[in-house]
Amino acid sequence: MALTLSNEDQAILSGVHGEGMAMAMRIVADTAKLMGAPRLIPIASAHIDGALYHGDSGTLFAEKLVDGQAKVIVRSTLNVGALDLMGCSKQKLPPHERDMAKRMMRAYEAMGCEPSWTCSPYQAGHRPAVGSDVAWGESNAVVFCNSVLGARTNRYGDFLDIACAIAGRAPDYGLHRVDNRRARFVIDVSGLSEALRRADVFYPVLGTWFGLEMTNDIGVVDGLQGFPNEDNLKAFGAASASSGGVGLFHIAGVTPEAPTVDAALQGQKPERVIRVTADMLLGALKRLSNASSEAIDAIAIGSPHLSLDEIHALLTLMNDRKVNRPFFACTGRHVLRSIDADGTRKKLESLGITIVADTCVVVTPMLPDGGGVLMTNSGKFAHYATGNTGYMVQYGSLKDCVESAVSGHVIRDGGLWQ
Amino acid sequence: MKSTVLIEGSAAGEVLALTHPISFWGGVDPKTGDIIDARHPERGHNIAGKILALPGMIGSSSAAAVMLELIHANKAPAALIMPEPDAILLLGVIVAREMGWAIPPAFALDKDAQKMLGGKMIKIAADGMITA
Repeated sequence: MALTLSNEDQAILSGVHGEGMAMAMRIVADTAKLMGAPRLIPIASAHIDGALYHGDSGTLFAEKLVDGQAKVIVRSTLNVGALDLMGCSKQKLPPHERDMAKRMMRAYEAMGCEPSWTCSPYQAGHRPAVGSDVAWGESNAVVFCNSVLGARTNRYGDFLDIACAIAGRAPDYGLHRVDNRRARFVIDVSGLSEALRRADVFYPVLGTWFGLEMTNDIGVVDGLQGFPNEDNLKAFGAASASSGGVGLFHIAGVTPEAPTVDAALQGQKPERVIRVTADMLLGALKRLSNASSEAIDAIAIGSPHLSLDEIHALLTLMNDRKVNRPFFACTGRHVLRSIDADGTRKKLESLGITIVADTCVVVTPMLPDGGGVLMTNSGKFAHYATGNTGYMVQYGSLKDCVESAVSGHVIRDGGLWQ
Repeated sequence: MKSTVLIEGSAAGEVLALTHPISFWGGVDPKTGDIIDARHPERGHNIAGKILALPGMIGSSSAAAVMLELIHANKAPAALIMPEPDAILLLGVIVAREMGWAIPPAFALDKDAQKMLGGKMIKIAADGMITA
C-alpha cells in the first residue's frame, strides 16, 4: 500500500518548521515507505535510545539536527549515554571518544529531550496511557511500554526514535495495530512451585526461556496471577528482549491487554499451548552463567536500572558488611535524588559499592581491566557482558550477588530449582 | 534475475553471501568492516566494498548506528541484498543519505536466490535487474 501523507505532513517536509524538522520527517516517511505503512500517526511520547556513543557519525547526525533547529514536539526521555554526567562513577573512554560522547549527549539535550539518562524511564515518571501510540527505543523499555503499560510502540532503533519525536509522528504498522498485538501462544506456568513464582531470581530465567522460545512472537503467560511485582516484570521483559526479539508479551491477570487468557488471544484459538516445567527452565538458567570459575572478580546489578525498592533491598541484604570485590549498582537520576536525600547512597558507598548513574557497565568501559568473572542478577547483563566487556558471567539472585561479593566467590542458593 | 529495489542505486562487485543471519552490533567492526562475531560462520571476512547478501537480521537495534558508522568510515558494502526490508539496518542507510554521504543501494531477494550468487561478480541495475 502506498504511503499517503497529510497536508500537515507535507508542510513539514517542505520546511515550514525548519530544515531540522523536515529532515526528521523525511527519515520517518522513508521508513514508512520501506515498511509499507499506509500513513503516519501522531505519537504521545518518545524514549530515545540514540544518544549512546557508537562512533563519531552518530554525534554528527545529532548535531546536524541541532543545526537545523530541530526540537522534539512530544515528551521525550533519554536512555543511557556513555558517560556518568552525575560524577558517581568513572568511565575509561579515551579523550576523543569522551569528547564526542559528551557532545552527543549535549546535542540530544539541546533538542529538548529530558536528561533522564535511564533505561527504566517507566519508573522515572514516564508512563504513557493504555492504548496511546508512542515511539520508544531500547529493547527493555519497548517491551515494558507495550506489555506492562499497554501503550503501543514498535521496536524503534537508533535515529528513528529521535526522528519520530521531532516529527511527532510514527509509521502506522506493526504493534501500533491492535490485531498485531494478539497472543498466538499460551505459556502455562501454573505447574511451577509457588516459591519459584514468588522469587526474584525466577523472572530473568523465565524471560530468557520466553525469548528463546518466542523469538519475535507474542505469547500470553498463564499462572502468574498475583505473583510478579513491577520489578519482576521489568526483569522478565529485559531478559526476553535480550535472548529473543520480544517486543510485547501478555501475562493473564497482570498486564492490561490480558485480563484473561482469552482476551490476550483476542478470542481466537492459540497456535500452541506450552506447559512449562522447572526442568524446561534449567537450560535457560544454565545459559545465564557461562563462567566455569567459582572465584569472581566483580559484581554488577541494575540492568534495567535499579528502582528505589531494589536499592533499598540491596542495603538491607548488605547488613553493614563490606564487599570484597568491585560492586557496581546502576541506576538513574530519578533514584539518585532519593538515595542522596535519605543517606542510602553514602551508606552503600561506605560499604564499597559504586553507584553508577546515567550509564551502565556493559555499554561503556568501566569494569576493571583484564577481564575475569562478573556476577549479576540481571538476565540482560548476563546476555551482553561477555560480548561487550570480555567478562564471563555467573548468574544468581540479588542475595546470591551480595553474599558472593562479601566472600569473593560464588555463593548461590540453588534450592528453588530442584 | 530480478530483485526489488529498497534503496535506489546501482552497484557492481563480488557477492559475499552470508550463510547465517547476523547482528551488526557486536557482529561487524564498524571501523574496518570485519565480521567479528565469534560464532558466525563467515567470521574474519570483510564486508567493505562487497555486495553483501544477508539471509536475515538478528539482535540489537543499534545495527543502524553500526551501518552509519561503516558508511562514514568508507567501509560499507557496495550494496545490500536481504530477503525483506529491515527497518533497523536500512535506517543507517537512510540517515547516511540525509548526511549527504555516499550510500549503498539495497535490494530484496529471497534466501535461495541469494545463495546462487555467492562468490560471483555481478551487476545490479537501478531497476533491480541482476546480471553476471
